[in-house]
Amino acid sequence: MWSFFHKLGSPPWLYRIAGTILRWLLPVTIVALCVGVTWGLLYTAPDFRQGNSYRIIYIHVPAAAVALAGYYVMAIAGAVSLIWKMKMADVAMKSCAPIGAALTFIALVTGSIWGKPTWGTWWVWDARITSMLILLFLYLGVVALYEAYDNKEAAGKACAVLTLVGMVNIPIIYKSVDWWYSLHQPASIKMTGDTTIDPSMLYPLLLMIASFYALFTCCLLMNMRAEILEREARTGWVKKLALGYRS
Amino acid sequence: MSAVAQAPGPARFCLVLLRRQLTLAVRRPIEIGNPLLFFAMVVALFPLGLGPAPDQLAGFAPGILWIIALLSNLLTSDTVFRSDFEDGSLEQLLLAPQPLFLSVLAYIGAHWLLTGLLLALVSPVFALMLNLSAPAVGVLVASLLLGTAVLSLVGGIGAALTVGLKRGGMLISLLILPFYMPVLIFGSAAVRNAVLGIPATPYLAIIAAMLCLAIALAPLAIAAGLRISVDA
Repeated sequence: MWSFFHKLGSPPWLYRIAGTILRWLLPVTIVALCVGVTWGLLYTAPDFRQGNSYRIIYIHVPAAAVALAGYYVMAIAGAVSLIWKMKMADVAMKSCAPIGAALTFIALVTGSIWGKPTWGTWWVWDARITSMLILLFLYLGVVALYEAYDNKEAAGKACAVLTLVGMVNIPIIYKSVDWWYSLHQPASIKMTGDTTIDPSMLYPLLLMIASFYALFTCCLLMNMRAEILEREARTGWVKKLALGYRS
Repeated sequence: MSAVAQAPGPARFCLVLLRRQLTLAVRRPIEIGNPLLFFAMVVALFPLGLGPAPDQLAGFAPGILWIIALLSNLLTSDTVFRSDFEDGSLEQLLLAPQPLFLSVLAYIGAHWLLTGLLLALVSPVFALMLNLSAPAVGVLVASLLLGTAVLSLVGGIGAALTVGLKRGGMLISLLILPFYMPVLIFGSAAVRNAVLGIPATPYLAIIAAMLCLAIALAPLAIAAGLRISVDA
């Protein structure tokens, strides 16, 4: 157990193991994404009310779900790096932020593309949309803070503190945005009349959610590998790697 | 008698710090006036931008006043630790035996007394200029008193994380504004309720709850941020 913990702190080991995981996870993810996209976009029945436009759900919902989960991954990594001073947790946290921001952005864009045919408008100040927008700001704040520091060690710690503050605040923000919305606007817009979803539509959706999680993991590992190489650029093992030795 | 003076206890140390911050501010009265002047100027921007119709302004007044209070708090947050960071006294503070939690509270308390409290006290004047109905003015003052304290505490986190950076000014807004949003929601909702004649106390209670949470947790984050900034 503890030796595993110590190994996690070793950049070359993590670099190698991330590479091994990627070697099988990446193809699986790509296949799952392709299957999910074709299944969802081509082979499911069109929705009774929304016709074909509902199909964007297969991109929108997975992106939104993983964008939310990504913040927790980032915050946990930040906490680990603050408490146990693990450099690799710091690498993980730093690598999470741009991926999470991208996914949040995808969720917002696909949502607004979906909103145009269904609600007749690109943007609504709805509770959920507003919360996602704030989540995007939180992610971008972490990226901006990291880039502002010249000393990358301090940057990691500062971002870890910021993500933890965000972790405490996210439920408060979400709850207050919820209240704000229910106070000010009648719930004139509903995503769909009834929340039940037919199994024939649900299974491809579940597959897409699973593959987006896998995609997040792949991007995270690739990002981490690049970050490790950058940080360890002056060490012997990276030089050997760059010169073409297989370690 | 020992020649070495006894170190002051935490509570006393906290009061000394508070008095020091206030004295420093009183010596430069213009800087106390700046946020108020900012408040007045931005209030003047809204009729110019939205049109002078009194009814329309009255409808927007709760939101306008709250957003301006939030912005002037944000702009002053950046300076809470900066001068002490630059002259090295912040480093001494971190080395002091007294708990940093309380020292940080003293800094934030001084910031609130100099911005939030004063803003809340002058806000009725601007509320009348924006045609806010009279019964809502009391609620506005109460919500600003509670809410700006939360803003000062949360803003302190941003200030602590960016104090070591040369270009902190814009960054602190990006970091902190998302965390200001809940306070804005409940603060303006309280005033709006008061305008409509609905009791505003539930919202004030929620802001008070946020304040309790912020007093308990924000100093921890600020202290951690200051240690990072001073080490970097």
